[in-house]
Amino acid sequence: MQRIGVFVCWCGSNIAATVDVKAVSEALLKEPGVVFSTDYQYMCSQAGQNMIIEAVKEHNLTGIVVCSCSPRMHEATFRKTAKSAGLNPYMVEIANIREQCSWVHKDIQTGTEKAIILGKAAVAKVNLNAPLTPGETPVTKRALVIGGGIAGIQTALDIAEAGFKVDIVEKQPTIGGKMAQLDKTFPTLDCAACILTPKMVDVAQNDKIRIFSYSEVEGVSGFVGNYDVKIRRKARYVKEDICTGCGACVDKCPMKKVPNEFNLGMDNRHAIYIPFAQAVPKVATIDPNTCNMLKNGKCGVCAKVCTAGAIDYKQKDTIIEEKYGAIVVATGFNPISMEKFDEFAYNQSKDVITSLEFERLTNAAGPTQGKLLRPSDNVHPHTIVFVQCVGSRCSACAEKGKEYCSKICCMYTAKHAMLVRDKYPDTEVYVFYIDVRTPGKAFDEFQRRAVEEYGVKYIKGMVGKVSPEGNKLKVQASDLLNNKQIHIDADLVVLAAAIEPDKSARPLATMLTASMDTNDFFTEAHPKLRPVESPTAGVFLSGACQGPKDIPETVSQASAAAVKVVGLLAKNKLTGNPCIASSNELMCNGCSSCERVCPYGAITYVDKEFRMPDRTTKVRRVAQVNAAVCQGCGACTVACPSGAMDLRGFTSAQIMAEVDAICK
Amino acid sequence: MAKNMNDLRDELIRMSGSDPVKCMSCGKCSATCPAYDEMEYHPHQFVNMIDRGNIEPLLESESIYRCLTCFACVDRCPRNVQPAKLIEAVRLVALREQGKNRLKADKVPEMLDSDIPQQAIVSAFRKYSK
Amino acid sequence: MQMNEYKPLIVAFCCNWCSYAGADLAGNNRLNYPADVKIIRVPCSCRVNPMFILRAFQRGADGVILCGCHPGDCHYTSGNYYTRRRMALLFSMLDYLGIERERTRVEWVSAAEGAKFAATMNEFVEKVASLGKNKRLEDLRCSK
Repeated sequence: MQRIGVFVCWCGSNIAATVDVKAVSEALLKEPGVVFSTDYQYMCSQAGQNMIIEAVKEHNLTGIVVCSCSPRMHEATFRKTAKSAGLNPYMVEIANIREQCSWVHKDIQTGTEKAIILGKAAVAKVNLNAPLTPGETPVTKRALVIGGGIAGIQTALDIAEAGFKVDIVEKQPTIGGKMAQLDKTFPTLDCAACILTPKMVDVAQNDKIRIFSYSEVEGVSGFVGNYDVKIRRKARYVKEDICTGCGACVDKCPMKKVPNEFNLGMDNRHAIYIPFAQAVPKVATIDPNTCNMLKNGKCGVCAKVCTAGAIDYKQKDTIIEEKYGAIVVATGFNPISMEKFDEFAYNQSKDVITSLEFERLTNAAGPTQGKLLRPSDNVHPHTIVFVQCVGSRCSACAEKGKEYCSKICCMYTAKHAMLVRDKYPDTEVYVFYIDVRTPGKAFDEFQRRAVEEYGVKYIKGMVGKVSPEGNKLKVQASDLLNNKQIHIDADLVVLAAAIEPDKSARPLATMLTASMDTNDFFTEAHPKLRPVESPTAGVFLSGACQGPKDIPETVSQASAAAVKVVGLLAKNKLTGNPCIASSNELMCNGCSSCERVCPYGAITYVDKEFRMPDRTTKVRRVAQVNAAVCQGCGACTVACPSGAMDLRGFTSAQIMAEVDAICK
Repeated sequence: MAKNMNDLRDELIRMSGSDPVKCMSCGKCSATCPAYDEMEYHPHQFVNMIDRGNIEPLLESESIYRCLTCFACVDRCPRNVQPAKLIEAVRLVALREQGKNRLKADKVPEMLDSDIPQQAIVSAFRKYSK
Repeated sequence: MQMNEYKPLIVAFCCNWCSYAGADLAGNNRLNYPADVKIIRVPCSCRVNPMFILRAFQRGADGVILCGCHPGDCHYTSGNYYTRRRMALLFSMLDYLGIERERTRVEWVSAAEGAKFAATMNEFVEKVASLGKNKRLEDLRCSK
């Protein structure tokens, strides 16, 4: 049986004016378990707290009920008081007789009656309280960043800056991601490589950062602070630590006709390749699907020319296992496939390209060395049609397009149109738009400049059909403001393809038990207040894996995610919330109902041996709650059909006791 | 007696199984339309005017007979609004209006336009090809 | 005013993050609502087991109201969605048992909606009071 002390606060006249505090104190003294009861003007004051401490000592109290203001106000205060009195802080309950009683009722009689009932409920609860200790888990002081684009790079740099170790896993042979493929960046028009490649070099030179390029995450286990991650380091058939990136092997490789992914297949690379000149790590990689030596053992030229002896045809994939305290997802995006958009003739004509292909076409390091030439005949195009919202805002067919706005297309299309008009004033540039959406600092001004200063012709309407005829592309479109259908003979058509999360995101989310929306974007813990955290503790989101984003937004989110990671890694131990779910293994029947409703993936199942009454043993599957992951919502407690799952601090028995006390 | 236009709007939506509210005014229907120049009101106008209940001019217009029912607009519409089905519904309403027969049988031959295919033929192609 | 006017007994379950804070805000703004409402704090509306509601009715409560964060705003991401589904089932069962629909209610009250909390309670109490005592589910052995 508990020995409970009741402390009724006057809160000056805030409570005492509408609640007869003496009557409350006297009434509660008659409740079961209550051995002491008193009242005081200001319980939260130092004198009031000392009164509680002395009473605990004098009357050997095991539980405390404070009838005062809202627990949201002073629960923490009185828990500290209890602790300094030598009690477990979770043996305190607050009866809210100010916000939910004296302040909302005017009549002293009703106020007092209600205060007594609320006090009784709190007493009933404390009678069933048990001391709780928050669990502590150590933190591995290293972070993992999955994805080496600008988001991953920025996150890694910021974490390293704070003094923590961080690894980047990138599935491509080099870090840099989509930004490395871009030409100029809006709204300032500085070149992407000029601002990105120094950051890539910073990453390479930072001794706190390790880069696992050409690698993929294969498995994740553990929980916040203690992740075990399996990383597959794909065989690149080149010893990464020996290769100097001189490129001699690339020059001599006889296999020259491999579509170059970095230039989106608009030119060719060799079977052994370095994606681009500023690649980090600058190490060659052999493509096993096209290398003659790896396919049929006939060649070996690269091994002969490599003076460093870095070529190793016998290399195998290796799996490494690393421990991390936090994981940042920065898997980024891809433009959607244009295959299903027959009306734009993407498959029929080489001169219908996506905006990312256009970036490569205007990039000085691209297939045309930055000269704007049509892919089909390398002739300078004179009429260019840009089509916006290709696949974005498309709710008609999920296989074709995306329901959301891809957010970045309006701005990069304005950028492309402006750059073309700037470099080649003899070019007619049309942009077909549904709406121009340019919220962002200096964004709308940028788009207006394209129209007003550079003479880009913006036409409200959509392109309905592109048909190749001779060396022209017949574009049929509507001009809604003039209520006309217009026909343009274009040389080049650029499609602003919608963007979608990288395909690797979905399996990764499964490994991390991180939630995703229907579009495969990662969900944030709170859409407004916790935008860089996943609901799964210890998993953070950076960049376009969470939603379409331009570079400035990506970088801000990347840095924000880094701060959250640093906040986690700075702790030596994680102190959990003790009010978490726990399962009674004897009652659990292993049905998985709780596992399915848990939003945090905190529940796992283990096979455990139990001694039966007849002295035999039996292995049963039972639920276990990971204390470090559980947030204490209680969804599982209701889902559990056998009543095995309960929530500490808010047990079913406690809540029932409160119900009974109120209804008595 | 003129029908209440809101009722008519709802009836058109019911008949066509299409919902003009979903339209985001991109104009791809009109951009796609092969009979655009033959029509006084264009597919995107049909969608918008039906949504606003401004249906009387559509009923009076020749446009409802100019639509080829090729369904290119239905196929291309990013929001699944199905403009051709709405046009078809307007046409049906016009044809069903008793005592207000706008189409007299003996006038049909002179209305035929040799440059554009007839609806019946196009819809037959649509139905029986594939 | 009559002295022995019938007073309903209302149990309100409020989630800690939104509705309990909303109730506090109603207090801060001194928005009156009947003292018949007694609030029980739970971490999330999804912690409320249908058993608690039945227990309240068994013990003589005349109405039970469950308040949580607005859909999409749950502190625990999806708890209130579970609440919505579970309560839809429970309430239809209670309906089947002949318990008036108006005696039970789920309401979304955010931490900023003190006025909504008070208005909801006023309205709910008035409704339950008009229905009179809950005789069907109350277990007379439980009453004093």
